[in-house]
Amino acid sequence: MSNLLIRGGRVIDPANLLDDIADVLIQNGRIASVIRAADNPSASAVPEGFTTIDARGLIVSPGFIDTHVSLREPGFEEDESTASGTAAALAGGFTTIAAQSDTSPVIDNRSAAEFIRLQAERAGNCRVYPLGAVTKESKGEELAEIGQLVQGGAVGFSDAKRSVANSEVMRRALEYTGMFDRPILHFAMVPELSEGGIMHEGYQATRLGLRGIPAAAQDIMTGRDIALAELTGGRIHLMCLTTSDSVQRVRTAQAAGIAVTADVTPHHLLFTDEALTSYDTMYKCNPPLRSSEHVQALIAGLKDGTLSAITADHQPLAFEKKQVELDVAPFGICGIETLLAVCIRALIEPGHLTWPELIARLTTGPAAVLGLKHGTLTVGEPGDVTLIDPSEQWTVNAAAFRSKSRNTPFDGMTFTGRVVKTIVDGDVRYQTVR
Amino acid sequence: MELNDLPLSGPWGERHLLGLESLSSEQLTTVLDLAEHYDHITSGGTQRLDVLKGLVVANLFFENSTRTRTSFSLAARRLGADTVDFTASSSSLSKGETFIDTALTIEAMGVDMVVCRHRTSGAPHLLARHLKASVLNAGDGTHEHPTQGLLDIYTIRKARGRISGLTVALVGDIRHSRVARSNIHGLVTLGARVIVCGPATLIPNDITRMGVEIAHNLDDILPEVDCVNLLRVQFERQRGAFFPSIAEYATLFGMNGDRIRRAKSDLLVLAPGPINRGVELTPDVADGPHSAILNQVSHGLLIRMACLTLLTQERRRNLGGQS
Repeated sequence: MSNLLIRGGRVIDPANLLDDIADVLIQNGRIASVIRAADNPSASAVPEGFTTIDARGLIVSPGFIDTHVSLREPGFEEDESTASGTAAALAGGFTTIAAQSDTSPVIDNRSAAEFIRLQAERAGNCRVYPLGAVTKESKGEELAEIGQLVQGGAVGFSDAKRSVANSEVMRRALEYTGMFDRPILHFAMVPELSEGGIMHEGYQATRLGLRGIPAAAQDIMTGRDIALAELTGGRIHLMCLTTSDSVQRVRTAQAAGIAVTADVTPHHLLFTDEALTSYDTMYKCNPPLRSSEHVQALIAGLKDGTLSAITADHQPLAFEKKQVELDVAPFGICGIETLLAVCIRALIEPGHLTWPELIARLTTGPAAVLGLKHGTLTVGEPGDVTLIDPSEQWTVNAAAFRSKSRNTPFDGMTFTGRVVKTIVDGDVRYQTVR
Repeated sequence: MELNDLPLSGPWGERHLLGLESLSSEQLTTVLDLAEHYDHITSGGTQRLDVLKGLVVANLFFENSTRTRTSFSLAARRLGADTVDFTASSSSLSKGETFIDTALTIEAMGVDMVVCRHRTSGAPHLLARHLKASVLNAGDGTHEHPTQGLLDIYTIRKARGRISGLTVALVGDIRHSRVARSNIHGLVTLGARVIVCGPATLIPNDITRMGVEIAHNLDDILPEVDCVNLLRVQFERQRGAFFPSIAEYATLFGMNGDRIRRAKSDLLVLAPGPINRGVELTPDVADGPHSAILNQVSHGLLIRMACLTLLTQERRRNLGGQS
């Protein structure tokens, strides 16, 4: 457990409403103090036994949290492993992630959840909390052993990209998970309307001759989920909202006091369905990239807090899986290492979000979804810190990803702002080579 | 006759022919004019030329097609090229080799042009990104079929002497039709009024942004129409039932003798085929005086000769003018 003094950075800690130049002291791996420069004009000497990090010009943030990351192990080690996925998370500034249940076999029992934690411990990168499957084998038919999954460390429940289409099953799942005060992270999509679809249904899909996935496929399921959350009192978190109507439904439900939260990905904020004009499989993701009206609504939803979390929706896929025709290529973007840069481009540079607002969506927002205490620099909490250089220009080089996979539409793009150090328990686990 | 002996053609400048959407009216006219020139100097494409002598044209057909493949092979050979045919099962994944690897392997055999037919929209675009050869789209999924669009337009222009100002109705399954998209782009660019007509389940509403009108009642529009193009009902591309029965489709949207009598006397009837007789049109219409169906087939040869020639000319230009 290291002792660390992070000196002179712009410390942004949304949980404590702090945005000021300050020193962060980490002792024995925990936050010992955060002292604003204004309160410490003489800049007292470095205490003995502490390593100093000069953070002048940098943003000092609580470590980021992602509510659902596909680590692909066991079953799909050609795409990612717990070790490579958590290393990628660190490179993206994430100190805590929830591991998605979409492995093979799926995480639908206690020992499977414990395996995830064991592998994460062996990797020794970031914190990993398993998500358990809602239903056995994520088939949407029978409830998984939710109680035992909780005992195995599951912080929430999700059938990943498989919607729980049967409303009665979803109702029982919400009632049952409510007993353990755990959320269901649901992918709201009506399967009959989305089946076989490749991109957003609209003019671009018509023009390109590609089968569409209508916005209504998400809207209908969002509406159903909200109704079931109200009926049962269970907590539901909607993953990857992409449509204006869904954002509005969530906004209205939250105002009515229904326990519903939602997240959004950076690629759905930066790109529109027009990107598919290239027929490049790197842009094929689920839900699909939507049209600009929807993108504007997502940004408004982030701004007013309706969407409380940003997720990379990290979906690593081995090289050859995307080197095929668009219709047979799997959905997904390997995005955790580029998340911050894309958020800066899509949200900070145009002035949609302030830095404290963006950091809140990456820390306190997702922490609340998962019921975790992480994501703050509160004294006594673990020393999980992400250092950001907001002015560094860099070009994405997918070949240098920590992830095993390179399925990114951002390869070769130049961004301003990147993660330069990621600290877990006061231990610098990632830093850019200078 | 060799490439350099051809009269100077109009503007072209395309390395690949992936669709008609991005082509200007001048570029479209260049193709149509060259096809017409070939019609005159080869008596309808029956005489052999040496325009593509020494070149290899590969036909990569990842979806069954006898007509289009035969037409392309013949066009290439009439121009003096060597052809290789490659027919693959519908999914390249089934053999463990990716689509791109297959194409690269074939290109390594010294191929100058690749004619590609594929069940996936955008597959030729993928090839164009990875191959040095020129890529000619012979139909990709439900996206475009540029040579079919051009030959339909050529057939109309030959019958009427112009495209601008005419009203053309595309009837049938617009949603799943690559022929419809190519026709729409080409006809709209050349100044025709285009109406798409069919069951509401088979016409996406946003297609109007391509500059067309939507109609669901064939009898209402028929008196205004100079040409009907009867698209094949694509049973194989549809997911589930888009209309209640074939009989109902034929009643509402099939072209029959009664409808011909209510149309303009010089109505031109096209059908890209292969036709389902009794569904899109009745035999008396298919074989009747208004039908240009067989002309379309012979025009296909001329259009494909013109496209192969223009792509070769562009290739030569890029390679530094050597012939």
